[in-house]
Amino acid sequence: MSRRLITLLPLAVFLAVAVYFALALRPNRDTQALPSVMIDKPVPAFDLPSLADGPNLSPAAASGEVVVINYFASWCVPCRIEHPVLMALKSQKVTLWGIAYKDKPEESRTFIAQSGDPYARIGVDRDGRTGFDFGVYGVPETYVIDRAGHIRKRFVGPLTPEIAERELVPLVRALAKP
Amino acid sequence: MKALLALLLLLALPALAVEPNERLADPALEARARALSRGLRCLVCRNESIDESHADLAHDVRVLLRERLSAGDSDTAAIRFITDRYGDFVLLDPPLKTSTMVLWMAPPALLVVAFGGVLLAARRRRAPPAPLTAEEQARLATLLKGQE
Repeated sequence: MSRRLITLLPLAVFLAVAVYFALALRPNRDTQALPSVMIDKPVPAFDLPSLADGPNLSPAAASGEVVVINYFASWCVPCRIEHPVLMALKSQKVTLWGIAYKDKPEESRTFIAQSGDPYARIGVDRDGRTGFDFGVYGVPETYVIDRAGHIRKRFVGPLTPEIAERELVPLVRALAKP
Repeated sequence: MKALLALLLLLALPALAVEPNERLADPALEARARALSRGLRCLVCRNESIDESHADLAHDVRVLLRERLSAGDSDTAAIRFITDRYGDFVLLDPPLKTSTMVLWMAPPALLVVAFGGVLLAARRRRAPPAPLTAEEQARLATLLKGQE
C-alpha cells in the first residue's frame, strides 16, 4: 500500500505544481497588482488648497458621505483615457473629489476646462506629499472612502467603464446605505 | 596616454541616482540615508532600489527619508514611516513574519526533502540483495541446467 502511495507521489507533486501555475498564469490575473496597506485605515489627514478659489479640501469636507478620491494630473496620459469614465460617474451621482498630483495648477485648470469637470471638489497636491500619505505610486489612482472616513478600496491605473460598472459603483452604493 | 586612460577609467565612479541637492550636509546622516535607501524598492521600477532609480517617486522617497532622519528618526522609525504607506513590498529584503513564513521556510524545507530523498535512494542502492530462498535456489538450478 505505502509503495503504491510512493509511486503516486510524483503525480501528486506534478498536479500541485500544475494547479499553482494555472492559478498564477490565469489570463485575467493582474501581475502588477499591489495590495494597498491603507485599506480599512482612516483616510490620511490632508489640507489642500482648492484648484478653484474655494476653501481648502480636507477629509472633513466629506461630512459623513461616501467619497471617491481620484488622483490625476494634466501630464498623465492614462488620466485622459480615464476621464470619460469619471464624467459618467458624475452623471451617476457619485461624489468625486479630484486631487491634482504634482501638477501645475494652471495646467490642471486647462485640462479640466478642456475635458470637463467631473469633480465636486479639487485639491492641489503640488509636491505629492498627500499622495505619499495615501501610498500613491502613480497616477491615476482612485480611492473609495466610506461614510466613517475609512479607505475601502483602491483602484490603480485608469478606471475602465467595466471596472466602474462592476466594482466601483456597486461598492459606492453599498457603502452609501445607512 | 593609454595608462592615463586606464587610470581615468579606474577612477570613474558608477553613475548614482542620488542628486547633489538631495544630499544631507551631515555625512553621518547622509551615510545612514544611503544605506537605508539601498534596501528600499522603487515602486515605479520595481526591481531597482530608490538609491539607484531616477524615477520621480524614488526621488521623493529619498528626500522624505532624509527629512525623517534629519528630524531625528531612528532607522527603524524612518523605514516604518514608509512601510506604513507603501507596505512591506517596498523592502527589498522581506521581513520574517507569519505572512512571509512560506517564502522564508520553503527553500530550507525543499532542501531537507531533497537531501532526505537522496539519502533514502543511496541507502537502498547500497543494501546487498537478500540471499536466495531454497525455492529460488532450486529454480535457478533448473534454469541453468536448461541452458546447457
